[in-house]
Amino acid sequence: MSDTTAKLVWHHVCAVEDIPKLGARRLEETPHGPVAIFRNNEDEVFALLDRCPHKNGPLSAGIVHGRSVTCPLHNWRIQFEDGQAMEPDVGCTRHFAVKTEDGQVMIQL
Amino acid sequence: MGKQKLVMVGNGMAGVKTLEEVLKYAPDKYAITVFGAEPHGNYNRIMLSPVLAGEMSLPEIMLNDVDWYTDHHITLYTGRKVIEIDRIRRIVRADDGTEAEYDRLLLATGSTPFILPVPGADLPGVIGYRDIADTEAMIEVARTHRQAVVIGAGLLGLEAANGLVLRGMDVTVVHLADWIMERQLDKPAGDMLQASLEAKGLKFFLNAQTTELIAGEDGRVAALKLRDGTTLPTDLVVMAAGIRPNTELAELAHLHCNHGIVVNDTMQSVTDPRIYSIGECVRHRDVSYGLVAPLFEQAKVAANHLAGFGIGLYEGSVTSTKLKVTGIEVFSVGDFAGGEGFDEIILHDQAGGVYKKVVLKDNKVVGSVMVGDTTDGAWYLQLLREEKDVTEIRDHLMFGQSFAQSQQKDPHSLAASMPDTAEVCGCNGVCKGDIVRAIKEKGLTTVEDVKKHTKAAGSCGSCSGLVEQILVSTVGGTRAVTDKHSKPICGCTEHSHGTVRQAIRARKLLTIPDVLHELKWNTPNGCATCRPALNYYLISTWPHEAEDDAQSRFVNERSHANIQKDGTYSVVPRMWGGLTTPDELRAIANVAEKYDIPTVKVTGGQRIDLLGAKKADLPEIWSDLNKAGMVSGHAYGKSIRTVKTCVGAEHCRFGTQKSMDMGVKLEKMLFGMWSPHKVKLAVSGCPRNCAESGVKDVGVIGVDSGYEIHVAGNAGIKTEVAQFLCKVETEEEVKEYSGAFLQLYREEGYYLERTVHYVDRVGMEHIKQKVLENAESRKALYARLLYTLKDEPDPWAERVKQQDLRKQFIPLTLAD
Repeated sequence: MSDTTAKLVWHHVCAVEDIPKLGARRLEETPHGPVAIFRNNEDEVFALLDRCPHKNGPLSAGIVHGRSVTCPLHNWRIQFEDGQAMEPDVGCTRHFAVKTEDGQVMIQL
Repeated sequence: MGKQKLVMVGNGMAGVKTLEEVLKYAPDKYAITVFGAEPHGNYNRIMLSPVLAGEMSLPEIMLNDVDWYTDHHITLYTGRKVIEIDRIRRIVRADDGTEAEYDRLLLATGSTPFILPVPGADLPGVIGYRDIADTEAMIEVARTHRQAVVIGAGLLGLEAANGLVLRGMDVTVVHLADWIMERQLDKPAGDMLQASLEAKGLKFFLNAQTTELIAGEDGRVAALKLRDGTTLPTDLVVMAAGIRPNTELAELAHLHCNHGIVVNDTMQSVTDPRIYSIGECVRHRDVSYGLVAPLFEQAKVAANHLAGFGIGLYEGSVTSTKLKVTGIEVFSVGDFAGGEGFDEIILHDQAGGVYKKVVLKDNKVVGSVMVGDTTDGAWYLQLLREEKDVTEIRDHLMFGQSFAQSQQKDPHSLAASMPDTAEVCGCNGVCKGDIVRAIKEKGLTTVEDVKKHTKAAGSCGSCSGLVEQILVSTVGGTRAVTDKHSKPICGCTEHSHGTVRQAIRARKLLTIPDVLHELKWNTPNGCATCRPALNYYLISTWPHEAEDDAQSRFVNERSHANIQKDGTYSVVPRMWGGLTTPDELRAIANVAEKYDIPTVKVTGGQRIDLLGAKKADLPEIWSDLNKAGMVSGHAYGKSIRTVKTCVGAEHCRFGTQKSMDMGVKLEKMLFGMWSPHKVKLAVSGCPRNCAESGVKDVGVIGVDSGYEIHVAGNAGIKTEVAQFLCKVETEEEVKEYSGAFLQLYREEGYYLERTVHYVDRVGMEHIKQKVLENAESRKALYARLLYTLKDEPDPWAERVKQQDLRKQFIPLTLAD
């Protein structure tokens, strides 16, 4: 469905304030599937495909800590930086480039 | 403040185990110095037998090599024997003049082999069997000589004899008593074991007393003489005739000794409280132990006190013996001899080499001895410890636990005997072999580790007891498996649940960041395990004051719906007491159609579940249900769930009380209650108990003169019948007593403990004391519960109305 040769473009998502601290919102209908936008305690923003590498659980519904989230289905811990599961689980979900500009969240898709 | 000085005399298993425990709980409290007479670090003395037999090598049995001491900043003096304790100036002195000051002294001097006081006992070639030096000596002699005599056919003597036979020697065992291992076996078992050992080449002389050891021309021992005149030629004599606690040093220091250093239940010398003692050198409640399990228990208690917690108590141990003579299994526990006043059940298969005997008194297992097949040893030990009445299973007691399993699920004794293919964790499909492999390959030492690496015990947790037992039996029981009291909540902290609850109360902590800061969490935001626990502790300790952090609640409680495996949710509106109306049913049916709900299911909690709702639809679904007067059923929380009822006196021809009415009143009282884990109630109208009150957290049963209240039952994970609490007369009393019990559970329970686990931990006596005996306490508990639940709103209605609470259900789109 996604054209891998298409140029990556920055899209506006929402205000940082729209995402709860230590929480996430779910961005639907992207070319890659649903994306979870996370906000940690330091107001850093991250984005991962909203599908746990284990069994596609909604990471956006998980508990956020540090720079990772625990999947609500089976407790896999996924790092925001690279979408990798933390040991001893092995797996990876896609991560996306995200930035904040004037309190607004932008994602590169 | 500087470190206190802890000096340990002795460097054996029990002593070092104590140090390990102290370092775990109070790593910076002491500057530790150890004096060991042997030239090695701490090694597994029990494994000397496999070393003698050629099955293991010395490096393999080292438990703590010299690096361990250095890494933990412990000053280790090897090859130095302490010869004096100056208790006034608090200094110990070794044979080479080395001194060390102490604030606390730990004596772990072990025991020494009893050397028979016969002529020739000091000849070259006559040794005890205690340490690495003895073992190496025996291995050396086996290389160059032929004959060996072992004096003593107890546990140690037979292992020595077996080892020497495997090393190629011609071995005779000389024993004073009528049959071998008479301390652990009865005569039939002893004879059977002897037959098996004779088949391996050992020779036995029973009722034989050694009178003299005779030297040969080279000055070395050459023969052993018995009282009846028999002379046995030999090149090596191993004295395995018993051990004596090593109390020489303690006696010199005028510490009270009596066949061991006498200690109290906190492992302190009864003479000097600064001096602790554990291990084989100790005499506790007039018993000296020579098996590792009780000594490790002693070590933990001593460490508890040395670390400053002051709550450990050692009350003695029930021990069992499992012999390690390769190929022949032997097990013994308790009063195995039997006799007058006892019932004995015996299975004796001479040709098959199996002897099993279980001794009962008053329908309880009081002892057992087995040879050849010891599979059920751990089970009999468990039954003995639990003092379980075995009347019901008496008929098949002899045939083993796996046979009796259908009647009595007791996972704790399965561990050692279950095959590798047996499934341990049903939730995650993990079998014993997976767990054992992970433990061995990755060197796992705790249940948490096993959970992380295999997922076993990671879901419902009901197999964690069995996982623990497998861990202990795989690792050989040489590592501590911490109990619930001291276990840290998670990897973010050293603190246990109890400590954290106490701190939140004592320091009036009101937010999670406060807790993380005050209690020095080692992560900035905790983790998915501790945050929900902390959130619960805060709001239950300081209702209406502490912050309830939605982001620290599991998704179910945050979204007020149960997440399903595909990311959809289930919606369960409340049906008070299991009662409904046509309007409510219509509203549910309409919602099911309007929102394309794939599955409509009746639940065990006497209500209806709409499964497969999309998250974004939840607020609208709730709005529709609210319009029909329905509110959240809290089917998703660590909270009150339901109050099931049977029809009761209102309609039923048997009902003595109006159970539906009582049930509704209880459910309304408890609406919105958060708790350490889910809480399920039931009210039955008469003792026929159709609402199954017997397996509920609080079960009410109507009787002629009022209501019986039963608590701490559980129909799920650990099916347990509820325990009778009291009988009351009025509905108001039912509410007060049930409420008080639940509030006590809320205030004292650890997160994720069901009431059954909680009462198991604190004991029914405690509950009775707080809820029954002390009326003031009960009323205060009840009042606190009502205060907490005052004006509790419907969480669904809140989320329908308040925009900021609704946000979590609204997905973002790029068009935004």
